[in-house]
Amino acid sequence: MSATSFGTVAPGGFGTGVSDTVALIGRHLRHLRRTPEKIIAVTLTPVAMVGILGYLFASVVSVQGTAQYHDYVMGGVFAQVALSCVGVAALGVSADLRTGLIDRFRSLPMARSTVLVSHTAADLVTSAVAVVGVSLAGLAVGWRIHKGFLPAALGFVLILAFAYAMLWLGALLGMVMRNAEAINGVSALVLVIFSFLSSSFMPLTGLPTWLRTVAEWNPVSVVSAACRQLWGNAPAAAHGSLAVQHPVLLAPILLAAMIGVLMPVSMRVYRTAVVR
Amino acid sequence: MDIAIQASGLGKRYGDHQALAGVDLEVAAGTVLGLLGPNGAGKTTTVRMLATLLEPDSGRATVAGFDIVRQQREVRRRIGLAGQYAAVDGLLTGRENLELLGTLLHLGRKGARSRASELLARFELEGAAEKPVQTYSGGMRRRLDLASALIAAPSVLFLDEPTTGLDPASRQVLWQMVREQVGQGVTVLLTTQYLEEADFLADRILVIDKGQVLAEGTPDELKRKVGEEWLEVGLADADGLEAALAALAKVAVASPTVDRASRRISVQLADGMGAITAAAAALEGTGVEVVDFALRRPSLDDVFFHLTGRETDQGQDASDASDASATTHDKRAKENQ
Repeated sequence: MSATSFGTVAPGGFGTGVSDTVALIGRHLRHLRRTPEKIIAVTLTPVAMVGILGYLFASVVSVQGTAQYHDYVMGGVFAQVALSCVGVAALGVSADLRTGLIDRFRSLPMARSTVLVSHTAADLVTSAVAVVGVSLAGLAVGWRIHKGFLPAALGFVLILAFAYAMLWLGALLGMVMRNAEAINGVSALVLVIFSFLSSSFMPLTGLPTWLRTVAEWNPVSVVSAACRQLWGNAPAAAHGSLAVQHPVLLAPILLAAMIGVLMPVSMRVYRTAVVR
Repeated sequence: MDIAIQASGLGKRYGDHQALAGVDLEVAAGTVLGLLGPNGAGKTTTVRMLATLLEPDSGRATVAGFDIVRQQREVRRRIGLAGQYAAVDGLLTGRENLELLGTLLHLGRKGARSRASELLARFELEGAAEKPVQTYSGGMRRRLDLASALIAAPSVLFLDEPTTGLDPASRQVLWQMVREQVGQGVTVLLTTQYLEEADFLADRILVIDKGQVLAEGTPDELKRKVGEEWLEVGLADADGLEAALAALAKVAVASPTVDRASRRISVQLADGMGAITAAAAALEGTGVEVVDFALRRPSLDDVFFHLTGRETDQGQDASDASDASATTHDKRAKENQ
C-alpha cells in the first residue's frame, strides 16, 4: 500500500482551513480575470442607474431635506449593488453544483465551510469593484461625501456587509434552485421588490401605514438611510419608527443578524446538496 | 486477501422511492468491481454513499478500512472520485485544475506542481496543459477528470460511468489508463451501463436493479449462468432449413432451435473440435447454402437480459442486431429452464 503514503494529508485544523479557502479564492479570482464581462455586467447596471437617477431624474425630483436628488439617491444605488449580489452568488454556486465540482470538493478531506466561504469572499471582490465604479459615477454627476474619513468608511463597510449577506442568500438560492434561468428570474424579482419597496429612491411618506412599516424595516431602506446619514447626504428622519430614526445604529445589528442566520443555514444546505 | 471496500445492507430512501434496498458488496484490494445496471438501478447512489457524499439510511460500509459515516475524513484521504459529469473547471487550464486539487490535498506548492506535471504527462494532456479546459474535447475532459481523481494517489478509486458519451477510441484510451491504475495496486469500483466495459475492466461484476443485487460473480461465472457456447448457422434461403435441421440434430446434444424469419439455427454441441467438424460435414452433406457458421458464447448482454428481463440501453441502440439477438435470448432462456 505504498500508494496511500502520497495521499496522507496533514491533519485538518484552522491553518489548513485558511489555506484551503485561500486556494479556492484564487480559483474564483482567476475566473474573474478570465471573464471580465462578468464584473462589467455587475458594475454597468448600477452605474447606469446613477446616470439615470442622478442626472435625468435630478432635474425633476427633489427630496425635502436634501440639496440635490443625487445626494439622496446614491445610498440607494449602493444598496442596489449589494442586492444584485444575490444573483451573482446563486449563479456561481449552482454552476459548480451542476458540473459536479462541488461533489469533487466534498469528496476531499477539507472543512465543509471552505467552498461557500471562498465563493462568497471572491464574489465580494466583484461587488467591491462595482462599488468603486458606482462611486466614480456618483462623483461625476456631482455627489459628494460631506463627512470625515471614519463615518465615510463606515458607510462603505455597511454596503459591503449588506453585499456579503446577500451573497450568502444567493449561495442558498443557488443550491436550492440549480436552474440558471429560474435563478435569474428570482434574483431580478428580489432586486426590483426590495429596492423599490424601500426609501432608497423616494421617502416613504406617501405610503399607507402598514406598507410603510414594511418598507421602513426593509434592510435596503435601513442601509441606504444609514449611508446617507454617515456621508452627510441627508439626516435621519426626526419622526417615525426606530428604523427611520436610528438607521446608523440599526444597520449593523440588522446585517449581523442576517449574516448570522444565512451563513449557518447555507452551510447546512450545502452539507446535503447533491447533484440532481 | 485485504478487503478494500465492504458494505452490508446499504439502504436509501427518497420519499416513497426506495433507491437502495440493502446492497451488500465486497471488493478485494487491487481488484476491480463492476457495478452493472440500468438507469435508476442505484449504481450512482451506491458510489455516492461509499465516497461519503451521501449517508445511508440503513446498513454500514467501510472503505480502505474506515467507516463511511463515522470516519469520513479518513475515507476522503484515501479515495478518488470521478463522477458522471467530468467535474473539471472549464475556466481554468488543465494544469491549474490539477494544481488546485493538489493544493487542497495539501501536497504543498511544490508537491502540487510536480504531481500536476506528472499526471498531465501520464494522461497525454501536456500539449493542452496551458489551455482552458472549456476548449477540451470530451475525451480530454474525461482524462483530466480521471487525473484529478488520482491527485492524492488514492488507494480506492470510484468511477461513475467513466466513459458515458465518449467515442470508441477515447474509451479505449481511458480503459487502458484505468488498467494502469489497477496494475499499480489501486482498488476500483466502476459503474457502467456498457457490458463491454465491465467485461474488459472488471474482475468481478455485481448486477443491480431497483436497488437490489441480482447477481454477483466474475464475468465468466455470470455468462455460464446463462448457458454454454453454441453454434449458430445462418442459411441463404428458407428452403434448406428442414434439411439443415435434420443434419444438425444428429450431431447436437440438445435439439436445435430455429428462427425461421432470419433463417438461423442455434444448436448446442458436445465439447471439442470433433463436434464442430461433424456439424460442418453434416451441413456440407445436405448441400444447403450456408452464409454464417459461428460459435457464439453468451455476452454480458445476455446475462443482463437474463437477470433483469431488460435490454441494456446499448442494446436498444443497435436496431437490427438487437432484434436478432433478442430472439436468440428468448430461445436461450427457454432452453435453460
